[in-house]
Amino acid sequence: MNKQLMYGTHAIGEAAIQAGCTCYFGYPITPQNELPEYMSRRLTEVPGGVFIQAESELASINMVLGASVAGARAMTSSSSPGISLKQEGISFLAGMELPAVIVNIVRGGPGLGNIAPAQSDYFQATRGGGHGDYRIVVLAPASVQELADMTFAAFDLADEYRVPVMVMGDGMLGQLMEPVVMPVRKKKKLPEKDYILTGAKRRPARLVKSLILDTKAMEDHNWKLMRKYRRIEQNETRWESFLLDDAEMVVIAYGTAARIARGAINRLRREDESIRVGLIRPITLWPFPTDVLKKASQKIKDFFVFEMSAGQMVEDVRLALDGSGTIHFYGRPGGVVPTPAELARSIARHYYQSQRKQKK
Amino acid sequence: MLIKTIFSGFGGQGVLSTGQTLAKAALQEGKFVTFLPSYGAEVRGGTANCTVTISDEEIASPIASEPEFVVALNQPSFFRFQNLLQSGGFLLYNSSLVEASNIRGDIETLGVPITELAANIGNVKVANMVMLGSFIRISNLISFDRLIKNLPEILGAEKARLLNINKQAFQLGFDYVKEHLKCL
Amino acid sequence: MKKVFSRPKSLRKVSMHYCPGCGHSIIHRLIAELLDELKLRDKTICVPPAGCAVLAYYYLDIDMVEAPHGRATAVATGIKRVHPKNLVFSYQGDGDLAAIGTSEALHAANRGEQITVIFVNNAVYGMTGGQMAPTTLAGQKTTTSPFGRDPKIEGPPIRVCELLATLHNTSYLERVAVNSPAHIKKTKNALRKAFEHQKKNTGFSLVEILSPCPTNWRMDPLQSCKWIDEVMVKEFPLGVLKEVKC
Repeated sequence: MNKQLMYGTHAIGEAAIQAGCTCYFGYPITPQNELPEYMSRRLTEVPGGVFIQAESELASINMVLGASVAGARAMTSSSSPGISLKQEGISFLAGMELPAVIVNIVRGGPGLGNIAPAQSDYFQATRGGGHGDYRIVVLAPASVQELADMTFAAFDLADEYRVPVMVMGDGMLGQLMEPVVMPVRKKKKLPEKDYILTGAKRRPARLVKSLILDTKAMEDHNWKLMRKYRRIEQNETRWESFLLDDAEMVVIAYGTAARIARGAINRLRREDESIRVGLIRPITLWPFPTDVLKKASQKIKDFFVFEMSAGQMVEDVRLALDGSGTIHFYGRPGGVVPTPAELARSIARHYYQSQRKQKK
Repeated sequence: MLIKTIFSGFGGQGVLSTGQTLAKAALQEGKFVTFLPSYGAEVRGGTANCTVTISDEEIASPIASEPEFVVALNQPSFFRFQNLLQSGGFLLYNSSLVEASNIRGDIETLGVPITELAANIGNVKVANMVMLGSFIRISNLISFDRLIKNLPEILGAEKARLLNINKQAFQLGFDYVKEHLKCL
Repeated sequence: MKKVFSRPKSLRKVSMHYCPGCGHSIIHRLIAELLDELKLRDKTICVPPAGCAVLAYYYLDIDMVEAPHGRATAVATGIKRVHPKNLVFSYQGDGDLAAIGTSEALHAANRGEQITVIFVNNAVYGMTGGQMAPTTLAGQKTTTSPFGRDPKIEGPPIRVCELLATLHNTSYLERVAVNSPAHIKKTKNALRKAFEHQKKNTGFSLVEILSPCPTNWRMDPLQSCKWIDEVMVKEFPLGVLKEVKC
């Protein structure tokens, strides 16, 4: 398929359609309105396509729950304040082990915040977000192409493990236009949906629920979920690295921050050949690439975390490094997107300081 | 090469479509390209702007903090984005609407009377494309001939009937710069 | 000997957890009888509530999915849009439907979702221990309105059927009760009509059932049935509120 210039939100929508999504439920919120707008038109061309502009975020995530338990590939999208409202439904989806795809085009917070690009929903996304012992898979694209690829992959992941999967972009990625090649669906072997509700015809009635009053049974269910999450950690952790081979300091950043970090590192290495900085970019925020960081810490002692937040992923880095190495942090919360030049200055300062310290 | 341009003006002047046309043309030439419109509350009140980045390598940030070029189609954006331009940058403005005053000393400028020029070919709606023609001549970011060649694809089936008028508009803007900016 | 009474097939052979005199068990049975009679058991998907009747899925032998508190009509919307040929109904209490889930119910009704809501109104929050509900009567004492509900401060009880009757896409709205054999018969007829309306895609249908809650009303079962007749129906008059042509 040809490369075409597409808006981030439209790329998400089209990739969802290509992945076989037939149901979209949502409620307007900036900066992601172009996605429901796209789906409202596009789903009329899809057999069995359902689009509902729901009365609230609560309603839309629960419509997703209904469509999912009915066997359809269903999605919703929103931005930070709206995602907070969806947490109830996400917790239920996790407890009931129902697949769903949730797109969060993150904006500045807390509260109403603003509509500028931010990464301040990291804690909420990677810790489950709602109540109870659960995790959701969180994918962090850094380009419009990746918005398409990861939305596409999210539907398979959700079905394979029967979990909610979140695609977490930000206001900039959503509004951005970049060249995209649409992914095309291939036959993939996925588990049969033997839990869906269609009416109990020639089979015993089915029940999908999250209420488990018996504490022993609830504990068993929790451990079962945990085993599933371990399996996801083993099989689905994704990351990429950049110029790591000779690196003495590694920048850790995801999403938009990672692409800015890449620009900063390129700039630094061009300006000063002796500067050895590389990048580890988590692509799945949960599961977090803990082992990759651990392995890197055998060789590298300086870790520079850059986030468009006041510092959230930095805690996962700290947990992963478990005391080894030094962690430097640079954060720009509130919807500020720093330039590669600004970030390069901060990286260079920390780099030279720590080189000096090591010489002493 | 990594060049950032801000297109700005009133909503309805075709600011976004100008930027998109440039971005699509650059994509056709195999360049890395991003197009980032301003959005939400920022665009309420009738102003619109977008940033087009064209590069030979992957683009780290699509945001322009110090663009090489600014194209201002109205007075407010003439002042607002002039200050963002990097030293030595180029400010191209719509002299049909903009009164050029208080111009920074470290930038180059050119006014193009795009409304009048577009009126000459009988359609003021393509004034923005006149401007794009001028911009291509000044920036040299993409090939004018290839833009003209690829135009049917860039405009798409919906706007096929506007093909000729757009071509004329580009040519008009392109030639205007040739005549008025001899140093190029 | 001719068998004149037996357990409906759609009702599982287990004993229910409901309190003596509670209306839920009667309503469950009526649903099961109807699904048998209309031969709809294997086409039905039910969304039970958060509340006393959450365990309805242990009693009704049909496909079921739990909804978060108040969201049953949204969940039912999702299911019905994917399976338009199935019978989809939610089963909701007064807190579930008329407090936390008002928005979902109102908008599902307004869109004219082809679903049926079985709305059990017993004027209190049962499961949580008898707190004030949106349908608690003026002056009625509950654990959170210990001096009686004061309509000036807490608002008067909400009449759900009357509210929904103003919406264009509602097709069948009836208020019934399960406090006497005659009323129970009428309830069954109302449910049958609602299911028939759904089958014919006429719009959103809802049957409001006044149902005794002796435990939280601090009454014995007989007093509870009497209280419905003498007090409750004055606030919530029985009858068909709306019926479009089927």
